[in-house]
Amino acid sequence: MRSLTYTRFELLRVLRSRRFVFLALGFPLALYYAIAAPNRNELDLGGTGISAPLYFMVGLASFGTMNAMMSTGARIAAERAVGWNRQLRITPLSTRDYFRAKVITGYAMALLTLAVLYTAGVTLGVSLSAGNWVRMTLLLLVGLIPFAAFGILLGHLLTPDSIGPTLGGATAFFAFLGGTWFPITHGVLKSIAESIPSYWLVQASHLAVGGHGWSVQGWLTMAAWTAALAVLARRAYYRDTRRV
Amino acid sequence: MASGGIELQGLHKAFGPVRAVDGIDVSIGRGETVALLGPNGAGKSTTIDMLLGLLPPDSGSVSVFGKPPQDAVAAGAVGAMLQTGNLIRDLSVRELVTMVASLYRDPLRVDDVLTLTGLEDVARQRTQKLSGGQTQRVRFAVALVSNPELLVLDEPTVAMDVESRHAFWTSMREFASGGKTILFATHYLEEADAYADRAVLMARGHVVADGPPTEIKAMVGTRTIRATLPGAGVDGLAALPGVTHVERRGDSVVLSCSDSDAAVRAFLDRYPDARDLEISGAGLEQAFLLLTGDEE
Repeated sequence: MRSLTYTRFELLRVLRSRRFVFLALGFPLALYYAIAAPNRNELDLGGTGISAPLYFMVGLASFGTMNAMMSTGARIAAERAVGWNRQLRITPLSTRDYFRAKVITGYAMALLTLAVLYTAGVTLGVSLSAGNWVRMTLLLLVGLIPFAAFGILLGHLLTPDSIGPTLGGATAFFAFLGGTWFPITHGVLKSIAESIPSYWLVQASHLAVGGHGWSVQGWLTMAAWTAALAVLARRAYYRDTRRV
Repeated sequence: MASGGIELQGLHKAFGPVRAVDGIDVSIGRGETVALLGPNGAGKSTTIDMLLGLLPPDSGSVSVFGKPPQDAVAAGAVGAMLQTGNLIRDLSVRELVTMVASLYRDPLRVDDVLTLTGLEDVARQRTQKLSGGQTQRVRFAVALVSNPELLVLDEPTVAMDVESRHAFWTSMREFASGGKTILFATHYLEEADAYADRAVLMARGHVVADGPPTEIKAMVGTRTIRATLPGAGVDGLAALPGVTHVERRGDSVVLSCSDSDAAVRAFLDRYPDARDLEISGAGLEQAFLLLTGDEE
């Protein structure tokens, strides 16, 4: 119960940091309108039978939520820079409660991102069955878990100066290899893609456009990444008690 | 509550070639207020980091109320104001203190802490809009609200002006009167003298003295008397009570004193025509060098 108060204030802090919220939500939104709006009347994108506004909406849903989740790292790096991490370490806050607060705030940002993108999609004529909205959203949320751990890991390894470019590079890399911008359908690239978590995040978002969700390999890959990143994040957190 | 105080035994910590803490043994009884006194680079902050479990010692052991520091921290027995540090943004002062209080089983009332630290007037202000002195007071409030058995303050008054410094020590005393154990680091001898039961003097990673502040003050409190006094014999001056060393510089004489009060009385009594009298204290830095026998 006690740690819920802590989580509540963490959430409050995220929502109050206007510049952060504005950028985290504004960037995918602007990108979406820039790509989808000019093609709003394209109802059969590249012969897929999928409309352009829908196709780009699901693409940005995975990209935007991945960004939102990993942005937790930038906030952690900023807290470390002012020594807050050390201050917290001399309180009884447990590692689990600390991680939980960080994951929940990451999810709050991800949900806001989805709400904004879905609304934008609807304004451009996207219409899906209730089942498709729900299935896509639920699997996306599950698929974000390894990115939550990755964000925390980077936050405890990097400084506010270095984390910006690193997060930018990491999300670009994950988005590219995960098939956010163009479908990866065969060859070596596909086997590489299938071994990284962003590919499966993209598959989750494709549930809304006739995708099949996750295969057994998908679930296993995501579980393995989550476990590995969580162990590393935990280790980074434990080591991170020095004056920065 | 478990018995026992704070025990630091044979603590060593090196950063590369720098031996920040080089063999420290200190034990602090429950309820004591102890000043950790020393110049910059003496190893005070490194010692405190090890005491709080933020830094593992290379060798030696730390015990806080009979437990490893991490366990004492997890039990909520420790509150600390670290030397470096700022506040996280986007919360009001009251919210920040409330958030920290929520992590403890038996915290003080947030309102009481805000009153004690003189923060009622800025309780609704966002933390990023505070002055340096106010920020320090909020950091103090954050350390206090846990109602800790052990309160550790690492150079708490560094960014404060004279007035806030005074207010700070007043509130610290009020807290200390509840039988709490307090350790504070400072490089002001006056702070140690005024607020601690005991001072542990550190220099270059060692404890060079440990005792009541008055004793430490006498040890490091060498004063010099300087006066214009042509023609007086050095031997006669050296025989004055409280004078340890005499030097003549032209028409002036410089007396180093172990007891400047006695010396100045006798001096004026015996040499009524002395002029331009000046009494000055040796700086703490200088005194440390004296004590450590280091001439660098």
